[in-house]
Amino acid sequence: MKKVLSLLGRYYFVIVFLALLILPRYSKDYVLVLVSDILLYITLTMSWVLFSGPTRYISLAPAAFFGIGVYVVALLGMSMALPWIIAIAACASFVIAFLIGAITLRLRGIYFTMATFGLMELIRHLILWWEVNISGTVGRVVIPLKYTTVYYGMLVIATCVLLTVFFLGRSRLGLALRSIGDSEEAAAHTGINVTMIKTVIFALSTVFMGVSGVLMATRWTYIDPRIAFNALYSFMPVLMAIFGGMEKMYGPVLGAVIFTLLEEILVTKLPYHYMLIFGLVLVISILYMPHGIVGLIRGWVKGGER
Amino acid sequence: MSLILGEGITKYFGGLTAVYHVDFHIDEGEIVGLIGPNGAGKTTLFNVITGALPLDRGRITFKGKEITNLKAFHICRAGIARTFQSVKVFGSMSVYENVVLGIWYGMEKKGISVDARKTALELLEFVGLGEFRDMPAGDLTLANQRRLEVARALATRPDLLLLDELMAGLNPKEVSEAIELVRKIRERGITIFMIEHVMKAIMSICNRIMVLHHGEKIAEGTPEEVARNEKVIEVYLGEA
Repeated sequence: MKKVLSLLGRYYFVIVFLALLILPRYSKDYVLVLVSDILLYITLTMSWVLFSGPTRYISLAPAAFFGIGVYVVALLGMSMALPWIIAIAACASFVIAFLIGAITLRLRGIYFTMATFGLMELIRHLILWWEVNISGTVGRVVIPLKYTTVYYGMLVIATCVLLTVFFLGRSRLGLALRSIGDSEEAAAHTGINVTMIKTVIFALSTVFMGVSGVLMATRWTYIDPRIAFNALYSFMPVLMAIFGGMEKMYGPVLGAVIFTLLEEILVTKLPYHYMLIFGLVLVISILYMPHGIVGLIRGWVKGGER
Repeated sequence: MSLILGEGITKYFGGLTAVYHVDFHIDEGEIVGLIGPNGAGKTTLFNVITGALPLDRGRITFKGKEITNLKAFHICRAGIARTFQSVKVFGSMSVYENVVLGIWYGMEKKGISVDARKTALELLEFVGLGEFRDMPAGDLTLANQRRLEVARALATRPDLLLLDELMAGLNPKEVSEAIELVRKIRERGITIFMIEHVMKAIMSICNRIMVLHHGEKIAEGTPEEVARNEKVIEVYLGEA
């Protein structure tokens, strides 16, 4: 019995994955949409953690690349098969992030953070300008995808990003990234090409953001730059990662799940107090849980051992 | 031929001249000391050699090849390793990981293939940190963090090692251990260029000493010659 339990403890994610795989057969559309939302936030949070976790470069770029994904759909509609659109959004995110990273990753600390935040505004205004002055439209109408398509798409991407974080964390490259977070200067003098590694991993992390933008785009039937580029998608992943705790992989995942559910409950049950309560939860958790849920759980486990 | 040759090295910070027209050379197998009052430009010279800062004028040749203004990681892979005045170990990683990273990215990228694990553990034994290998590097004492920096630098298999105040902040016992360590490193065939304020160390192990003052080289010679040099005495003790 104990053996079974410890096996369960070690491979719980396999069970969760299988359960998610068969979920659409048994659930209502509402549940499917909610779980898709959770998967979206897991993807955004983990792709943020992929780069910002080890390097400690706090990026506020997720919204920019999520928005790029959304806008690729707005521009192309469903004129081609979904995999092609996903590929285009992935390439666009990677290339833009690579160029932007090569410039902004020279900046450190708050300057990098501000630059990535400005990036979202820049792209939004560029597109707005383009639409108004050149194409002469502002909004675009999108044909929605099926709920199950969005769901399975998000499941695949979330799985990909989790596997990437897992394997990167155990690789030489992952260790090199952590050394950059500890001391970038020492890393460079230890033979590590810090600029290259930072830029490539930053670009890689945005691919997942861009692709999730493609899948989620069709939840709005009407898209304009203001809808596509929403700063919320930059702040939420950071908050979810901090709330969950970044020392273990399950931390940001739990953070994303809990925050999304909390948001859902608050919006539906207490629409007028939603932001107020949300803010309170944030302040309290940052004040009293500096290591997030991971720290809390570790505290319990240690307490039990004593 | 010198292992490393610097000609007319000049570095400005805005209007301030940090290093001015410094020529230097270090031969293989030497231990060369670099001394001078605070703000003399010693660390700046190290930063310029290792690619942490770009040069404003001058050129540096290492093993017959020009390395002026190469990126830091290229210079490391070319065979120049360093430690830092304010220790910069990778604090969140284990002691072992600190060293193995140097082997993966420094030594192996040069095309030397080794058993990384075995080499890392050997190096940790060599600097006397064998028992701490699984500890987070940030939890080590200052003296041990300095040893770890040395081990990490050696892990990149350098021909030239730059030690920036290896002994600052150490107690007398730790200082003698550090002196012993420097000797052992030279026995491995590694040339050493060291900034040091601990005179006992400088006088006992250096073959040659360079003195910087206000960014300029004011004296150079054996420890005895430098100790007798009037300019050096003036700089250190004030004008008579």
